[in-house]
Amino acid sequence: MPKSISELEAIASQVRRDIVRQTHFAASGHPGGSLGCADFFTALYFRVLRHDPSFNMSAKGEDVFFLSNGHISPVWYSVLARSGYFNVEELATFRKIDSRLQGHPATHENLPGVRVASGSLGQGLSVAIGVALSKKLENDDHLVYALTGDGELQEGQIWEAAMFAAHYKVDNMIVTVDWNGQQIDGANDDVITLGDLEAKWVSFGWDVMHMDGNNMQDVVESLEAAKNKIGKGKPIVILMKTEMGYGVDFMTGTHKWHGVAPNEEQTKDALSQLEETLGDYPYPFAGQ
Amino acid sequence: MTLDQIQSTGKKATRDGFGDGLMKAARENSNIVGLCADLTGSLKMNAFQDAYPERFFQVGIAEANMMGIAAGLATAGKIPYTGTFANFSTGRVYDQIRQSIAYSHKNVKICASHAGLTLGEDGATHQILEDIGMMRMLPGMHVVVPCDYNQTVAATVAIAELYGPVYLRFGRPGWPIFTAEDQKFEIGKIQMLAQGSDVSIFACGHMVWHAVEAAKTLASEGVSCEVINVHTIKPLDETGILDSLSKTKCAVTVEEHQRNGGLGDAIAQLAVRKLPVPIEMVAVNDSFGESGKPTDLLAKYGLSPTDIVKATKEVLKRK
Repeated sequence: MPKSISELEAIASQVRRDIVRQTHFAASGHPGGSLGCADFFTALYFRVLRHDPSFNMSAKGEDVFFLSNGHISPVWYSVLARSGYFNVEELATFRKIDSRLQGHPATHENLPGVRVASGSLGQGLSVAIGVALSKKLENDDHLVYALTGDGELQEGQIWEAAMFAAHYKVDNMIVTVDWNGQQIDGANDDVITLGDLEAKWVSFGWDVMHMDGNNMQDVVESLEAAKNKIGKGKPIVILMKTEMGYGVDFMTGTHKWHGVAPNEEQTKDALSQLEETLGDYPYPFAGQ
Repeated sequence: MTLDQIQSTGKKATRDGFGDGLMKAARENSNIVGLCADLTGSLKMNAFQDAYPERFFQVGIAEANMMGIAAGLATAGKIPYTGTFANFSTGRVYDQIRQSIAYSHKNVKICASHAGLTLGEDGATHQILEDIGMMRMLPGMHVVVPCDYNQTVAATVAIAELYGPVYLRFGRPGWPIFTAEDQKFEIGKIQMLAQGSDVSIFACGHMVWHAVEAAKTLASEGVSCEVINVHTIKPLDETGILDSLSKTKCAVTVEEHQRNGGLGDAIAQLAVRKLPVPIEMVAVNDSFGESGKPTDLLAKYGLSPTDIVKATKEVLKRK
């Protein structure tokens, strides 16, 4: 039975708690973008993806997701743990020494669910295309999903990949852009404006969709609608409007929480706004 | 083998060896795919493209994207061979290789042509002399620099059988062929070309032939050179190199690369830890190249057989 919208919303609340608690306990990390994308990740891992948490690197015979903007690792780690890739307790090791949960996602420590390192921006779309090409060669009709940031679109490699995907008609891939309008130094428009983002992707030959990334109903419906565009000769991109920090009132409306962890008082405040639905993992964890 | 037995049987470019090796490897292994950044003819990948169009990806002038796509193809179980000039295979895409390939331990074969001064007339923008150093520094990267056409064919086939990232470096000009056509290429092992007792000459790539020529000149003057082809710079064959050093007690290293970071650095680092002996390095000394004919450039930048003879005499004085 696919999860209902209200069930997904309940999971997303727990995912947001996990994000706040991971970054607080690590005293570092990127809560803002993670919170904004919690609904998208929850919909993806608990409803949309046809995936196997026992984890095979090659992703043969299953859908696969790539996170290009690796700094929002807390949201990815939360959904990976909550959907069975590894124990939820391990979230307490985020950014600690000897952990598999590196600050930015990596394969080096063999964390199930991660297939390539990301963090240095602009690279994930190319990697996702490589897997999509392989799936075509193997006649595997499972899909490739990728998420990029919006500030990340300032990287040239993204547009190399965008051009390639249109030329090769990589139409078994759904890319989503987290369009929260913020990056480390401020608003995109103040740093380097993205201009007419829709027109850019259209001119590169992509099928462009829009979605409200903080409305679970819209996220689920849009991702389902995107699937209906598969196999039509064009790569698909969803411009996903999100609010950085969504779900925690004092973290929204500013870029300040891009890469700053909440202190104890702020954590208490944030958690009071997010219902515990699946049970918090314990921390301090195992001798820490 | 004795020095006299090492003879050139003709000339062919090592990049031709790559193209022919790729065809050979692709016939044996259907997981091999090829990617090229608008230099298919220069890399001699046309035959592969024609024979396996569905396994070949022309990525255009977008090397960063090529490295990322290769990492993705490798993730899914393919064995991607990327092809472009050495400059665009390394310096231009160092971060892509570092994060998406080396750190992520992807089975990508980075195949790099037109390395070094022997690229010739195109000049210093294209003559990379730092690539071995950059690739050597990456944890888990293999660095392979075959010496002639036959060896490049064999190396191109051999790297498919090894799981992990490989940097395969070769070049543009026709160059003497002197190794066996039916050789087995052993990654991580030195190739002993001629045994000797006075000095060890370690060389890689095109410079192995110059080392052979220099050793022949030195032999006529009564100097017994051990000529060793270090075609794998990483992982370095420490045992093979130390065995030779313990016999000759001095060494000359020869490479078409900067002195910083290359073969000489690798051998010196080993010697300094395990068996300190005098070493002279024949390499480009902290400068960029320039336009010109390959042989003229090698002479101007101190990489001719005469320079090797001179360095050998220097190192013998220091024994």
